[in-house]
Amino acid sequence: MSSTAWAWLVLLLPLLGSLVVALGFRALPARVAGAIGTASIGLAFACAVAVLIGLLGEDPESRHHASSLYEYASAGGLDIELGIYVDQLSAFMILVVTGVSALIHLYSYGYMRSDEGYHRFFSYLNFFVFSMLLLVLAGNFVLLIVGWAFVGFASYALISFWYRRTTATAAGMKAFVINVVGDIGLVLAAFLIFQQLGSFDYETVFETAPQVFESNQWEVTAICLLLLVGAFAKSAQIPFHTWLPDAMEGPTPVSSLIHAATMVTAGVYLIARSHELFYLAPTAADIAAFVGLATLLVAGTIAIAMTDLKRAIAYSTMSQIGYMIMGVSIGAYAAGLFHLMTHAFFKALLFMAAGSIIAAMANRQDIDRMSGFWKAMRFTSLMLLVGGLALAAFPLTSGFFSKDSILAYAEARGGMYLWMAVGGYVGAFLTAIYTFRLIFRVLPGRPCEEAQHLIETGELYHGPAINPANEEREDAEVGFPGPAHHIAEQSRPMAVAMAVLGFGALFGGLVQVPGVTNVLFGFLEPAFHDSPLAEVHPSVAHEWRGLAIGAAISLLGIGAAWLLWVRRPELPGLFRERLRPAYLLALHKWYFDEAIDLLVVRPALAVGRFANDVFERVVVDGLVSGTAGGVRGAGGIVRLVQSGFVRGYALLLVAGFAGLALYFLVVSA
Amino acid sequence: MSIEWYVVLSSLLFATGAVGILIRRSPIVILLCLELMLNAGNLALIAFSRMAGNEEGQIFALVVMVVAACEVVVGLGLIVAIFRRKLPLDVDALRELRG
Repeated sequence: MSSTAWAWLVLLLPLLGSLVVALGFRALPARVAGAIGTASIGLAFACAVAVLIGLLGEDPESRHHASSLYEYASAGGLDIELGIYVDQLSAFMILVVTGVSALIHLYSYGYMRSDEGYHRFFSYLNFFVFSMLLLVLAGNFVLLIVGWAFVGFASYALISFWYRRTTATAAGMKAFVINVVGDIGLVLAAFLIFQQLGSFDYETVFETAPQVFESNQWEVTAICLLLLVGAFAKSAQIPFHTWLPDAMEGPTPVSSLIHAATMVTAGVYLIARSHELFYLAPTAADIAAFVGLATLLVAGTIAIAMTDLKRAIAYSTMSQIGYMIMGVSIGAYAAGLFHLMTHAFFKALLFMAAGSIIAAMANRQDIDRMSGFWKAMRFTSLMLLVGGLALAAFPLTSGFFSKDSILAYAEARGGMYLWMAVGGYVGAFLTAIYTFRLIFRVLPGRPCEEAQHLIETGELYHGPAINPANEEREDAEVGFPGPAHHIAEQSRPMAVAMAVLGFGALFGGLVQVPGVTNVLFGFLEPAFHDSPLAEVHPSVAHEWRGLAIGAAISLLGIGAAWLLWVRRPELPGLFRERLRPAYLLALHKWYFDEAIDLLVVRPALAVGRFANDVFERVVVDGLVSGTAGGVRGAGGIVRLVQSGFVRGYALLLVAGFAGLALYFLVVSA
Repeated sequence: MSIEWYVVLSSLLFATGAVGILIRRSPIVILLCLELMLNAGNLALIAFSRMAGNEEGQIFALVVMVVAACEVVVGLGLIVAIFRRKLPLDVDALRELRG
């Protein structure tokens, strides 16, 4: 079988899984549904491996294939096909997506076991994987938009999965609305691409673009900026990032899969996919790089102030995606994707460990209440530590190599990009601090009440069922998380999934060690050969110098976190006092929500109110009731004729005839 | 005899019928007046047919008679129905169709 045939199977299996679980929810026992959902993604991963094997058997320069099932629309130069495009980039993406998804499905199999919406959860989750695969496999911009919108819906449905929680539904709507803004950007970009280049097809667009556009021509810059709106909204970059922390209202496997490992990296994929266009629009690429840099720094500072465990990790996700966006925008395509892969491993792992801890805390997420979990949950703690080490770029872990490969490239490009590398290192320092702040506050110390309960009885603590966000009471019915939770120590599927990801988080970076191995870049780089930026390579010595700096910064950050939260726990309070404005800025997430509320939401509301009070009430209602009143009045006059007297009608008839006769008499005379 | 006399007679009959319909309230009399108007028309048709020297007017008159017969059937049926329901036989009293 050809690699495109395998790729179609990769697409088909999750869709099939979603449909079977959704339609068979009455017939299938919960465990079977979960197994079907997990197996379909596992099989999809196997098919993705087959795609990879197929590609590896070919010459590196000819590893790209387009395949089309049928022509969707063909008229007037428009040619849209239900087609996929398989090359190194999409093969890499489907491997990461299906691989991480399979593990997270396995984790969910245990974690969501007591949830009343078990079937629904797996159906949505499979649908999400299908949409994400459609997004990365699409062979033209139309199908890309379809996948893009589908993942937006899946994200909405899964954030609002506990649909009786008011906070969850509000967060789902927020995510959906902001993502739709991005969708509009993407759709407009596609229109402009078609207007300028006459095609939606990737191969045609990227081949003709260099002949049509000159560098920095305004059309190509506009296309790239519109693409960036879509990418920023999906990848939670400033200023479209506010939905991501709120998205943590969803179940933890969802945060792990959609809002850390896969969907939010779609923007990175989009920029890497359209790198030819971004090469032609250096201004737009630089804007993207700056936004990435700004996001990684801002999110890093916010993550230090967050007390909600999942939200802190969410801000970390934003920050790490900032690195990737910066990487693929300045030309470090393979390095950005490398970080995408390692980030998928360690961030999914961190969320899984966080989910396990939150389950032990009876759904509480506040790290001020947590301590001493090292004694209570050894395996989960170990996994949190592994994920944290990789995130903090501890030497020789996966994040260490991937983050520094981006920064080394930025250094090698020199000029302004050197300063970006410096910003990236500052961000790395923040990363190490906030990551180990979480770890030092959750793991060591005297076990908190919940952890103590777990140590003494070996059972999970059960508090009253409430929504931790607003203290609303909840019951055990469908639409709420339910009373029973599961931790990795007591659920084998969860433990297996976490162990595999832990292995990836620790050793995933070894595929690409400067001067030693070149597995990933060797595979990915032919896909970017048409961009001269891909030819820039930092020397091995250069890279190792960068790695040394990265290691020093990482250790320094971990040391600073240790000093602040273990050695001298009174210091953070002191800092809060002394640097109150900075602390408040970070605590209030740089006032982005308030600014968006002021600049967008309130004006939009005011326009809406005006439209309702003035336009709708006066103009539209006036028109409608004016018409109705006119017809009623005219009808009232005509009604008088309908007297009900037969003789009256006869009189009218006779009078009419007489009138006609008179008329003809007069005319003929 | 010239055609005018026929037309004048026909017009007079027609006017009589029309006035009868307009001023009388009994449905039976109204039906009778209707017949009068129809036959005034018939008279004119036949007179003109005779004048023109062909039979088309006479055929028309036959058709009018058929229609008149049908109309009488319906009209008398209505009157019987009104009577059976013990409603007043007065067209001014029967004005449910008022809009």
